[in-house]
Amino acid sequence: MSTANDLITPEVEASIGQEYPPVVHEVEAPGIRMWARAVGYDDLVFYDEGVARDRGFARLPAPPGFLGIPVSRPGDPEPGPPIRGLNPALTRSLNGGTEYTHVRQVLAGDRLTATTRIVEVKQRDGSIGPMLLITRETTYRRGEETVATLRATVINY
Amino acid sequence: MAATDPSVLTSRAQVYVDDLAPGDEIPTLVKNCTPRQLVMWAAASGDFYEIHYDVEYARSIGLPGLVVHGALKNAFLGQLVHDWVAPGGRVVTFGCSYRGLDYPGEELRCGGTVREVFDEDGEHRVALDLRIEGHDGAVTTPGTAIVALPSRGSQEG
Repeated sequence: MSTANDLITPEVEASIGQEYPPVVHEVEAPGIRMWARAVGYDDLVFYDEGVARDRGFARLPAPPGFLGIPVSRPGDPEPGPPIRGLNPALTRSLNGGTEYTHVRQVLAGDRLTATTRIVEVKQRDGSIGPMLLITRETTYRRGEETVATLRATVINY
Repeated sequence: MAATDPSVLTSRAQVYVDDLAPGDEIPTLVKNCTPRQLVMWAAASGDFYEIHYDVEYARSIGLPGLVVHGALKNAFLGQLVHDWVAPGGRVVTFGCSYRGLDYPGEELRCGGTVREVFDEDGEHRVALDLRIEGHDGAVTTPGTAIVALPSRGSQEG
């Protein structure tokens, strides 16, 4: 078993803790309905404002994991850290896993600011060869209030 | 309407924390993606990687066919726990790791087991181990969740 950390170059090391420019996400009723329909929800709370009000929500609530649609212009680069290329020798990437934490209920009409940092980089030897596990954390804020966080791990190999 | 297969029903009767113990299984959510659902998810999530809708592209890079988005499987686990805790509970945290690929036209069984019942941040909470089993019964997508649930004693009528 190799315990080398040779893939963690000074450039990779320097990326840890780096914060990427914030991205605004708009949460709106049509986006909530479209997302709920794509997943296959039959709970009307995500479709019908009357049902949402009866359940105590002022507007349609966002389903678990839905944090709006990023505002972008044509030609804008993908927001946040690149999914590969921190170490240019590693040209392929896989999604390792994701975890959402919901602190406050997100509702239609919310405008969220998402800020992403790389929080951890680990090197592992796997069945696909040596790889970097890059964990990024995104914080979603409504005004000053944190409403959700996302921890996502990208595998570069 | 009378229940047909209780294992696939979305439970609308409130679950209370008092009635739970480690080892309890939550109702299974069964999914079977069509290519149409993958296209709906691409639009809803903004993930337009071609392996999810362009079968020629998927085969050209060595895949057997279209692949179910990892994030859609994560969203299925979000629905699994939302449907279980609704209407009086909420999903605090949920996430998963992507260990194996799943394909459209195959039955995906989403399930969960109660690991721990505890109080935190003024809420009654339940930690769950989640899983998605692919067509051969192997777990392709292990996950975890924490939910908040009401107790029978705290109902305000």
